[in-house]
Amino acid sequence: MADKKLTVVISQAQGKNPAKRELEESLAAALLMEADLEVSLVPHLYDLSADHTGTLFLQAIRGDVVVLSWLYPRASHWVLDRLDVRGREGLVLLKEEIDEAEEDPEAAESTSVPYDNPERQKSIPDRKIYSIDLRVSSSPDDYLTEIKRLSQDAQVQTFQLGNMLQETPRPAQLEKYLKPLDIISAQKMNGNIAEADQLEPTKRRWYPVIDYGLCTNCMECIDFCLFGVYGVDQGGQILVEEQDSCKKGCPACSRVCPENAIIFPGHKTPGIAGADGEVAGLKIDLSKLFGAPDALEMAARERDVELVAEGRDAVGLSVGIPSRLKVSQSTSDELDDLIDSLDAMEL
Amino acid sequence: MPDDLVFMMGNFEARIPQDRVYSKSHLWLMPGEDRWRVGFTAYSVRLLQDVYFLDWAVDPFTQVREKQKIGEIESSKALSDLYAPSAGRILEFNEELLNDPSAINQADNYDKGWLFEMESEVQWLTPAEYLQVLEDGWEQTQRIIKGQLN
Repeated sequence: MADKKLTVVISQAQGKNPAKRELEESLAAALLMEADLEVSLVPHLYDLSADHTGTLFLQAIRGDVVVLSWLYPRASHWVLDRLDVRGREGLVLLKEEIDEAEEDPEAAESTSVPYDNPERQKSIPDRKIYSIDLRVSSSPDDYLTEIKRLSQDAQVQTFQLGNMLQETPRPAQLEKYLKPLDIISAQKMNGNIAEADQLEPTKRRWYPVIDYGLCTNCMECIDFCLFGVYGVDQGGQILVEEQDSCKKGCPACSRVCPENAIIFPGHKTPGIAGADGEVAGLKIDLSKLFGAPDALEMAARERDVELVAEGRDAVGLSVGIPSRLKVSQSTSDELDDLIDSLDAMEL
Repeated sequence: MPDDLVFMMGNFEARIPQDRVYSKSHLWLMPGEDRWRVGFTAYSVRLLQDVYFLDWAVDPFTQVREKQKIGEIESSKALSDLYAPSAGRILEFNEELLNDPSAINQADNYDKGWLFEMESEVQWLTPAEYLQVLEDGWEQTQRIIKGQLN
């Protein structure tokens, strides 16, 4: 069955950074040589609109898929989810190196339980999506090694799971999704790999992406955002309803989210752009201790800028500010451990 | 001079000398003739540890707003932006530290490890008030360290 082939999608960088293009092109060229891989190029995932051929192509992929993009894996996964390209998160070994100390399970521990929506669960097909961040390495070989490993894994699993019932893609979808492949094949013939201009163009977008693996459906984002970006579906689950109402550059709702479940993949702060766990490089960021405006203050300020730009009144901290800030029940023992662990950290 | 106040950070004693005043952002301020000399408290230094990089983003005699970013600091375990503790005017930076920031350590932080001097009109915290800030803020400090605040 053709589905046994692992599909590899390279999502291009925004802009025309030559170094990024080169990596994309070398990877595409190398992956095309692999018989058991299907390779395709799409524009930057975050910029894909619902009716873009790249989106339709992604939606038409059955089975496991590897997505290489210039995004944190978590951002990539949930941008795809938003595009209705769903699956379970596949384990990728090629990722940003995280210091041992930060993999302390205690640090990653979360007491909040994500909102459980059975309808949503049902919509997730039994296949894996492997998201790989192209910023992790500049060497194509690193990616090739990982993709080959995933390809072997995928084949074993397909065999074990047996026949996965999948509907056949509609002809219109097929026709569209084959197009990018054709471009690559044609380029392969004359030894020149596809250029961005040859894919259907996209324009830069800016909108929040919800990580439903973290979201508790607490509604603080919908209370906070005064631009009508958020909505609720029929089952009562929060969703990004009017993404184009979002204000370019404004990440305020992400700061307000108590679960860090709102991702702005294009924001410069790793924690907001979807980096996992501890952010700001590998070190503790003490800026808040030394007087940085806190997240809520910053969020309110960012929101005010956008309100004023629209000719509306600034509201400061008077509207939609959560009443949270749950106090954790730490014992003094834990505090001792914490400080002692500072010493133990070899950063 | 009364004895230093002490805040226990786990097993570590963070001293708070009573000959000066403090800011909420964990700086001490020693009054001079027309200016305040500013430095890190023992609490800050304990969290930072082994500072090896210090950089100022503003020039001497710059007028600053409260919470305006004025520099950056990096230690073996942490990094932070540095912010003006109040509105006012930055007058001078400790030149010694620019060559070797190691004077910002436990032994010298209240003395040779001063960071900068500034003019300010605000009311600072007394040592007792600062101690209270530390006690009240300990929960949050813990959470910042654990990286759970976004």
